[in-house]
This record gives sequence, structure tokens and C-alpha cells, in this order.
Amino acid sequence: MAQSLPKRSMMKEWHIIGFTIFLFLVFAVILSAQATGVGQEFSADQFIDLWTKMASPDWSYIPAVITPLLQTIQMAIVGTLIGCVAAIPVALVSASNIVRNSFVRGIVRFIMNLVRSIPEMLLAALFVAVVGIGALSGVLALSVFSFGMMFKLLYEAIETVDEGPIEAMRAAGGNRNQVIIFAVIPQVLNQYLSFFLYTLEINVRASAVLGYLGAGGIGLYLNTTLEMFRYDRTSVVILAILVVVVLVDALSNKLREALS
Amino acid sequence: MTENKGNIEIKNVSKVYPNGTIGLKDINLDIKQGEFVMIVGLSGSGKSTLLRAINRLHDVTEGEILIDGQNITKATGDKLHKIRRSTAMIFQNYNLVKTSSVYRNVMSGRVGYYPAWKAALGLFTKEDQEMVKTNLSRVNLLDKYYVKARDLSGGQQQRVGIARALMQEPSVILADEPVSGLDPKTTKQVMNDLKKLNEEDGMTIVLNVHSIGLALKYSSRIVGLKDGRIIYDKPIEEVDKRDFKEIYREAGDDSHLDAGDDVEAD
Repeated sequence: MAQSLPKRSMMKEWHIIGFTIFLFLVFAVILSAQATGVGQEFSADQFIDLWTKMASPDWSYIPAVITPLLQTIQMAIVGTLIGCVAAIPVALVSASNIVRNSFVRGIVRFIMNLVRSIPEMLLAALFVAVVGIGALSGVLALSVFSFGMMFKLLYEAIETVDEGPIEAMRAAGGNRNQVIIFAVIPQVLNQYLSFFLYTLEINVRASAVLGYLGAGGIGLYLNTTLEMFRYDRTSVVILAILVVVVLVDALSNKLREALS
Repeated sequence: MTENKGNIEIKNVSKVYPNGTIGLKDINLDIKQGEFVMIVGLSGSGKSTLLRAINRLHDVTEGEILIDGQNITKATGDKLHKIRRSTAMIFQNYNLVKTSSVYRNVMSGRVGYYPAWKAALGLFTKEDQEMVKTNLSRVNLLDKYYVKARDLSGGQQQRVGIARALMQEPSVILADEPVSGLDPKTTKQVMNDLKKLNEEDGMTIVLNVHSIGLALKYSSRIVGLKDGRIIYDKPIEEVDKRDFKEIYREAGDDSHLDAGDDVEAD
């Protein structure tokens, strides 16, 4: 007798659960679109107007854009540097193979999770309120943001290092700092540099819009050109940001490839 | 190089793991300077635990262990680090930092002699840099000085491990199955390196092995462990191959005994 496939229940045979979830999702999308008014206030005229103006960029605006663009990059670099360096000790304290006391680790991780849950735009808004309009508030916002991000990436990297060298350094009579310097840091150094570049990539993109909130950089020009309906200039600003982001991404990717 | 240094006294040592498993039970061992002690036994017999208790990578529940009269089971902080410095360890998995150079791995054996900040900045003395070269040539690997550890073969990595251990200027070398991943030829090289340290430098060597053959060939004393207890302890002159029936009985066969005829069989 030929063998037959095992019988499946109706539910599984017709993928009832999967279809139900799919229908539910479609329904949810329609409802939320109605609630948020998607497509109701869309004006085709304005849309076309914006695109036609943006299609002929005002190239003479380029010199005015260069300085704020450089400032944006500088903000990203300084912010990333401060945040990523500050994250090192905190990441070490949170790694279970460095600090055995789970209470200490728990508290640090809890605080850091709170920090990480604040979006960078909110951080920028907060710092503008505290230290005023300017590049400094942008740098501070990016620092805190990078701090939270690097913290998580780094402590997870530290927790996955090979325990062998750690044991070897302890056996050689090393104290905790020596164990970290000889067994942990060499193992995570390349990853750290790679995370640094990745954070920098993200920060360059983020810092481009921080100016919207008055936190310095090119974002301010995005804001003013839009408000003055100079879409021809807006497109120059957007193109400039695009060029910088693509360049930074490409450079960072190349470097990160070399690191791994 | 050491004057009557490298004595290990293990007194009434027991270890119970937090989950209730008995690791070691009432161990008494008196190891004198210059001995080459091989600890044999099945996996799980407590060999590794015993070795790691000696330099206190594992804490014991009861008893005490003295290294040259200093109680390591009670030592803390600097004192513990100093005692550990005199007992170097070699590992089954070599435990090198794979992404670091051979030089840096060997130098890391010297950490115990430097404050952390100096080590961090790489401020090692000229003498110690010379010492790295000397120790690397002792294991015939001077030409690998700049090579990354991951680019070496297993046998070479283990010899880098030995060079690292030598940087501690130890009086005792603890070796946890140092040859279990190696082929017969490199096994011989590594064992000969250890034998040389034992004979020429008078270092005490305590080594875990699976192979009775190796134990018979190299050791001056064989200690058998089973279920965390010492069931055998004789100097090599009194050892009879048939004795190992007891140690390995639960393995279900006597194949381990055959290894006694040919070192390279294992």
C-alpha cells in the first residue's frame, strides 16, 4: 500500500490562524488610516508645485549651505566621541562576566534603558530648553543618544567574549583592571571601533534634522527655506545632506569591512 | 632558578558545588618542589576542579591549600594575586587572545608585575621585552613574534601558552589537559617542553591527563582521582600498569591500558 501523508486538522490545513491575523491587520490599517485622516487633506496642486520648484535647484545657494553642513558633521563627530567614550566604563559595569554582582548590574542597566528610551529629537528639544539654541545642545543630544546606543552594543559584545583569556589572566595573578586590559579590551576593540563608526553614521543623519529644533547644523536651513517657500533652495539643502550621508556611509562601511 | 620553592600542601580539601554535586572529597596531597605529578581519572572525576583549586580559580568548601606555606584559600586582593603569580597555568583551550599578537599574549603573563595603568599603556621594561624573546625561543617560536595567535596551529598556540606561563617566573606550573587537542607529534613537543622546565628549572609541575601512557612516560608521580577522591597515589617507580583498572573501571573497558605501551597512540 502506498504511504499517505499524515492528516492535518482543518485549522492547519487551511491556515485559518494566519488568514485571521492577516484580515485583522488589514482591518486595523484601514481603521487607523481613517482615524489619522490619511489622504483626506492631500492637495495634488501643492504637491506638484513643490516638486516642480524642487526640480530646479537654486545652485547659487550652495556656498551658504557649506558652513552649516560642516557644523553638522562636526556636531556628529564630537557627539559620537563623547557618548562612545563615556559608554565604556558603564558597559563594563553592566557586563555579567566583569561584574558578578547582579544587583549593581541590574540598577545600571535599568537607568541606561531609561536613557536609551528617549528619542534623540526629544533630547535635542530638552537641551535647547536647557542650554539654549545652538550647536552645543545638538552635541549634547547626540552625546546622550550615542552613549545609550554604544552602551548596549558594547556590553553585549563584552558578554560574548571568549572567557578563556579572562581565566588565564586571573590565573596569572592579574587584578580586575588587568584582566580587562589584557583579556577583554583586545577582544572587543575591533567591534568597538565598528560600533563607533555605525553610531557616527546614524548621528550624521540625525544631526541633519536636529537644527529644526534649533540645535545647530543644517537643519535650521531646511526649516527656513521651507517656511519661505523657497523649495528650490530646500532641494539644495536636501541634496547636500544626501551627499554627506552617502559619503559618510560609504567611508564607514569601507572602514568597518577592514576591521572585521 | 628557584630555591626550594614550589611546594604544594593540600589539606583535607573538599568542594561541594552549590547544586549539591560533590567536586572534591577530603583531598590530602603533599607535592614537593621538582615533582612532576600527573593526575589521571575519568572526565568528571574532579581533576580540573582540583587543579583550579590550587590557584583558586575555584574556591573550596573545606580545608586549605598552602603554596610554599602561604594559604591561598584565605588570601585576598594583592596577596592572592601574588600567590597566583607564582603558580602559572596552561589550559586545554590555550586561552590566548586570538586577535592579539604572539608578543602581546606572551607579555600578558607578566601582568602581575605591573600596575594596571602601566600595563595599559604598554610601558614594559627592556628586561621584560628581552624575557619575551628568551621564552619564545625556549619554545622555538621566536619567528612567530608578530603573528596573530589565531594564525598559529594548536600545538604552536599551546607553546605560546607555555611561554606566557614562563613570563610569570613561576615555581609551579599547573596544566589542565594541555595536550588533549593535539596530535601525537605536537603532544610530544609540548610534553618535552614541560619536562625540560621540570628538569632544568626545577619547576613543580601538576598536570591533568586522560592518557595513562603519557603519565607513565613523563611523570614522577601518579595520582588517580575518582568521584572527587584520591584513590591512587604512587611514585612512578612503584606504579604497576594493572593499577589503572581501578581508576578506569567504570569506563567499561580497559582500552586506556593499551595506551601504556605506546605514548603516541592516544
